[in-house]
Amino acid sequence: MVPKNYIQTLAKKNTRADGRKFDEFRKPITVEYSVSAKSAEGSARVTIGDTVVVAGVKTELATPYPDSPDEGSIMVNAELLPMSSPEFESGPPSIDSIELSRVVDRGIRESKALDFKKLCLRVGEKMWIIMIDIYPINASGNLFDAAALAAVAALKNAKFPKVGEKDVIDYKNLSDKSLPFTFMPVSCTVLKIGDKFLVDPIRDEELAADARLSVTFTEEGKICAMQKGGQKQLTHDEVLAMIDLAAVKAAELRKCL
Amino acid sequence: MGKLNVEEKTIVVPGDVLAEGMDYLPAGGAFRENDKVISAQVGVVEINGRLVKVMPLAGAYVPRKDDIVIGRVSDVSYSNWFVDIGYAIDAVMSLKEGTTEFVERGAELSEFYGIGDFVVARVSNVTKSKMIDLSMKGPGLRKLIGGKITTICPIKVPRVIGKQGSMVSMIKDYTGCQIIVGQNGRIWLSGKTPEDEFLASEAIKLIEEKAHMSGLTDIVKEFLEKRKKEGPK
Repeated sequence: MVPKNYIQTLAKKNTRADGRKFDEFRKPITVEYSVSAKSAEGSARVTIGDTVVVAGVKTELATPYPDSPDEGSIMVNAELLPMSSPEFESGPPSIDSIELSRVVDRGIRESKALDFKKLCLRVGEKMWIIMIDIYPINASGNLFDAAALAAVAALKNAKFPKVGEKDVIDYKNLSDKSLPFTFMPVSCTVLKIGDKFLVDPIRDEELAADARLSVTFTEEGKICAMQKGGQKQLTHDEVLAMIDLAAVKAAELRKCL
Repeated sequence: MGKLNVEEKTIVVPGDVLAEGMDYLPAGGAFRENDKVISAQVGVVEINGRLVKVMPLAGAYVPRKDDIVIGRVSDVSYSNWFVDIGYAIDAVMSLKEGTTEFVERGAELSEFYGIGDFVVARVSNVTKSKMIDLSMKGPGLRKLIGGKITTICPIKVPRVIGKQGSMVSMIKDYTGCQIIVGQNGRIWLSGKTPEDEFLASEAIKLIEEKAHMSGLTDIVKEFLEKRKKEGPK
C-alpha cells in the first residue's frame, strides 16, 4: 500500500520502495523440483522474494493437429488463485491470467527448446500434448519471470509416463525418459517508470509503471519472444536499453535453475 | 475461593480453563462458562487483579470508537467518502464530518479527498451492525501528502507507540521523520530523504518482530545507533 505517485517520486530520487537498486532482483531466488511428484509428471516451485509460483507438467496422448501431423504440442494455462492476492477473483480467466499464460507459452514455443517432432509418436495418429499449469501461491509482483522460470523448471523435471498396450497411459509409473527439452529459455521483465528502467518489480511498482517489456532469451542469449505491456509508448532506443538490461538479468536467473 | 490455573504470560489456546470460581472475571479474549473462565483465543495471559485477559498473538483490526486510523479513500459518492481502514468493510465519512469548509451544492467531493488519498481520521461511531463512521474533525486529523505507509499487525501498535509515546518519539529523534501511527496498524512516515524513511520503517518492522520481548526500547535504540554510525550507504 503506497501513497499516490510514491513509486514515481522515489524513482526520481534513484531508489525503490524496498531500497533495492534498479537492476537488483529480490532475494532469495529458489527453485525446488518435484514438489508434486505424486500427481504431476514434472513440477517445480519458484520463489523470487515474496513471490511464490508453482508449475506442474501433465502429459496426454491425442491426435495431432491436421496442419502439423508430425508434431506434438504444448498447452500453458495460468490460474490466478484468489488465495494468492486480494486483487484476484475466482471465475472465468482474467485478462492478466491469459496474458501470463500466453507469454510463458510463447517463450517456450518460439525458443524451439522443446522438440515438437519428437513429441509425435505416430504421424497423423498419436502425439503427446504437454500441459503446463501455473499457479501463483503468493502474487507479490513479477509473476511473469517467476512463472516462466517455474514452467521451464517443471519441464526440465518432467518424465514421460509409461504407455501400455492400445496407448493406455500408466500415470502411476513414470519412465526414466525426460521430455525432448534441449535448453532453458529464460524470461526477464523490465519496467519503465519515469525515465528509469527496473527489474523484478513489486506489485506497487507494476501498478505505477508506464510500460513493461518481457523478453525471453535462449541459452546463447538470442531473443525468442517479447511482450510489451503498460499504457505508455517506448522509443526504439528505450526498447534496446531494456533488452540489454533483460539479457544480463536473464543470464543471472538462468544460474538459479 | 477461586483458583487460578495459569500464570501471567502463559501462552494459551481456545478452550483452556484459565480460572475456576466466581472470584475471577473474564476480560478481552476470555469468557465465562458456569464457574470457569475459558480462553477464546490463542494468546498470552494477562492478570490484572481479578480480571483475566488473553492478549492475542495476531489478529485483524476491529475498529473502536475514537480510534485514530489511517485510511485510504476508496470511493467518492454524492455526499460521502468511502475509506478503506483495513477492516472487512469500508468506513463511511459523510460530507459534514469530512470538512469544516463550506461546500457548495453539487461541488466535486474528490477535490477534497480523491480516490487513493490517505487520511488520518477518527472513528466517530461504530454501529451495532459494525458499520464504521469516520470524522476528520479534531486536532491533527488531515489528508496525508507525500511520505510512505508501513503496515504492521494492529495488535502490535501499542508496542510501536511505547509508554507515553516513548518508542515513537525515539524513532522520530533518530531519523528526523514525521510519524503518525494509526490504531489500524498503518503508520505514515515522512522524512527528508527516502533513506530516513527506510530506516524508520526498518525500526518499526523490528519492533513488530520482537514485540513480545522485554527491553524492546534498548534493542531498538541499539539498532538505530548502529545504523546511524554506519551512515548512509
